[in-house]
Amino acid sequence: MYRSDPRFSVIGDRLRSIDTVLVVASPKGGVGKTTIAALTALAAAGRGLQAGLLDLDLTNPCTHIVLGVDPGLELIEEEKGIVPPRIHGVSYMTVAFFTGGRGLALRGGEATNVILEILAVTRWPRLRLLVVDTPPGIRDEVLDILNIASTIHHDSRVVVVTTASRMALEAARRLLGILRDGGFRVAGLVENMATGARSGVDELAEAMGVEVLARVPYDPGLEDALGNPPALLKTRAGRALEQLLGKLF
Amino acid sequence: MHLERLEVAPGVHEWALAEAVLKTLYDTLGCRRVDRLVLGLGELQAIDRDVFLFALKTLAEEMGGIGRVEVREVEARFRCRRCGYEWTLKGAGLGEEEREAIHFVPEAVHVYLSCPRCGSHDFEVVSGRGLAIIDVEGEGCRVQE
Repeated sequence: MYRSDPRFSVIGDRLRSIDTVLVVASPKGGVGKTTIAALTALAAAGRGLQAGLLDLDLTNPCTHIVLGVDPGLELIEEEKGIVPPRIHGVSYMTVAFFTGGRGLALRGGEATNVILEILAVTRWPRLRLLVVDTPPGIRDEVLDILNIASTIHHDSRVVVVTTASRMALEAARRLLGILRDGGFRVAGLVENMATGARSGVDELAEAMGVEVLARVPYDPGLEDALGNPPALLKTRAGRALEQLLGKLF
Repeated sequence: MHLERLEVAPGVHEWALAEAVLKTLYDTLGCRRVDRLVLGLGELQAIDRDVFLFALKTLAEEMGGIGRVEVREVEARFRCRRCGYEWTLKGAGLGEEEREAIHFVPEAVHVYLSCPRCGSHDFEVVSGRGLAIIDVEGEGCRVQE
């Protein structure tokens, strides 16, 4: 379906400067996708990797809160498209630049339009890693980025975030099944709010044949560090995501 | 020939947009030469016509060139999904920054406009969203009718 849309014609070119596209997903809300996506991009930049972060939670973007950005048009640079600003070393794009962080009421086809628009217009610099944050659910934003990235990018992978809650695990299992059936490349699971003990996440990983890439401990200091990337990287959560990068590269 | 499936089109910036149109013509549709191109420009996206046409002609020189380009302006119309009211941009009172945000991402209009009758932000953009390739004539173009 995308191929009949002129925007799709240029998206492959736009993503060509990116080595790896890492989609962070979970059908269950509140498991920490946004924090983990943003921290992964920040940790990669902290390692000296060229890193980017794309927030595709269109109706409720929050990565700018993690990064400490007041979103607005003044942050973007126009150069035959849009050059994403660098925030603490991370090339960053979010729909919040265009909405001023206000609520965006969108339905299915409109979400696809926004994604195609942003992917077609954004001129990413050379990146080793682009982390993509997605909204909860297995709907338009998640399906669109999975379809597009897997169709036109040579190295797109999915990280599924879950907690040890049975509800989150069930949601993760459903998504992993869809990813497996569709032949998408799954990088593995990230357990958030981990206690350190063996949990249902290990059982899920074994059952689905995927790896647990990182265990991010519950960190009561995380909330206070939101908006302060250097402080975030020093939290237990930030340090734990070094594990993830070590597994990916 | 009417390119129905290509009517919903990009609202990328003028240069990126022109690049998308040319890649569609020469790569997706397989054109070897384009003699005539008819484009619809949606009012909502407010594409700068002169900049866009300049970009199109300039970029086309590096590809297969381009013949006559006709541009049709398409009025933006909205329909409320809650109460069914229909309206246009006239009198909408959008500020410059709001228009610029919509220029980049037309769906941002859902932030800045609401139904004049019931106040809902859940409305449909019936027409005039962004760019549409309406018609193309040339050599080798595999047009989807």
